[in-house]
Amino acid sequence: MIAPEITAQSTAAHLTAPPDRVFTGHPVRLPLFEGPLDLLLYLIEREEIVIFDIPIEHITSQYLEYLASLESLNIEVAGEFLVMAAQLLEIKSRMLLPQDQRPEEDEEEAGDPRAALVARLMEYRRYKAVAEELRARAELQRFVFSRGELTNGNGHHDQAYLMLNEVSTFDLWAAFQSLLSRARETPTGEVVRPRFTVAQKMAAIAARVRWCEDGIRFLDLFDEQATLIELIVTFLALLELIRLRRVRVAQQRLLGEIRVYPVKASEEACPAGE
Amino acid sequence: MSQLEPEAESNHQACDQARPEPSLIPVDKLAALEAVLFMAAEPLAGAEIAEILDITPVEAEALAGQLAAQYEGRGLQLSRIAGGYQVCTRAEYGPYVAKLHQPERFRLSRAALETLAIVAYRQPVTRPEIDAIRGVNSDSPLDTLLQYQLISEAGRKEAPGRPIMYCTTENFLGHFGLDSVADLPQLDALPADQSQADPEERPAA
Repeated sequence: MIAPEITAQSTAAHLTAPPDRVFTGHPVRLPLFEGPLDLLLYLIEREEIVIFDIPIEHITSQYLEYLASLESLNIEVAGEFLVMAAQLLEIKSRMLLPQDQRPEEDEEEAGDPRAALVARLMEYRRYKAVAEELRARAELQRFVFSRGELTNGNGHHDQAYLMLNEVSTFDLWAAFQSLLSRARETPTGEVVRPRFTVAQKMAAIAARVRWCEDGIRFLDLFDEQATLIELIVTFLALLELIRLRRVRVAQQRLLGEIRVYPVKASEEACPAGE
Repeated sequence: MSQLEPEAESNHQACDQARPEPSLIPVDKLAALEAVLFMAAEPLAGAEIAEILDITPVEAEALAGQLAAQYEGRGLQLSRIAGGYQVCTRAEYGPYVAKLHQPERFRLSRAALETLAIVAYRQPVTRPEIDAIRGVNSDSPLDTLLQYQLISEAGRKEAPGRPIMYCTTENFLGHFGLDSVADLPQLDALPADQSQADPEERPAA
């Protein structure tokens, strides 16, 4: 994983790592680490140190040097790295105390102040090794295909997962814009033009008027919701009925209400609308 | 296919001794199994095969063993994935298959792989427990793993804050070509300076 480096030089500029682990956003190449334990393990391996007997002072100075080099490049150092720096310094100071003067509030650390750190490093190293094996397995499995992928993995049928972090806010904005534009489209469809004939309206008026001896109001013949064409057809129908002497219209007084009356067969002789 | 028949016969004979009642399995059930597995979208469990072919689970396992043996040296293999059987191509011929057809594949980052390894070996495990082992915040890799459905939530731990516990999924087994988590590499197989390997940190069978 990590290129063995045996040189004694320890400046950060000499830290090397495989290309895929190098942060390339800056002109200076620096290995990137997953966390403080990863960095410590790297330093320990590079210095060929036995993990059970870490020269804490040496490692601490290497560690701090790395952090300083990150800061000199204005790379924000994660808080976890700083916590580990503090822990290293604490262990270092404890190591300096004579055995019998070490504070003993922690029973576990009564012996070697480094013990807890070593245990953490070893545990992390176990999972790191296994992670590497999993990576190798997955690489092999990349070239194993099954028919199930024709329907699932190929994106043609059900998308098994949605990677939200691969969708930028611009994508979302664009998607929403297209949604809005689609919503604004006028719904298309066949508009049926209402059809009225004079004959239909004549029949309708005659039917309404027939049993109304007192007549009905002229205005009542016209539906308030009616379209212009309907009003015109209705008026033509009324005129036609008057011409045929089927109805008569009367106005009781000047500018008064116009009413429409049925014409009885016997009355047919009477002229409509005096 | 016809030139394969003699070979099928001989393999059939070879496996007969291992099966309890060989006479009950007509030879064409083997061909039927191949046809079914060819069209199956997901790994088929032994019990499912038994139901489809109308045979006993023991016979299904024996038939699968025969088919796997017949695929030796062929472009296909019969793999045990997530507790079932699946016909898939052999990795060495994958580059040719990829010219024809490229299913979506993803690569996990180191952070995600580390996190996944911890979940796989310590499941069910909580976020703080993962953070403690890795020494860094693992929110982002956990979210990635959840999105790829390699891990899933598995209830809450009866501990302060009732943190969510995570475990691996069938997708995880498929992605790494594993039959079960028991097939994961042994965690304590490390250099000699590791004397205090925790015996309980082995994947549950």
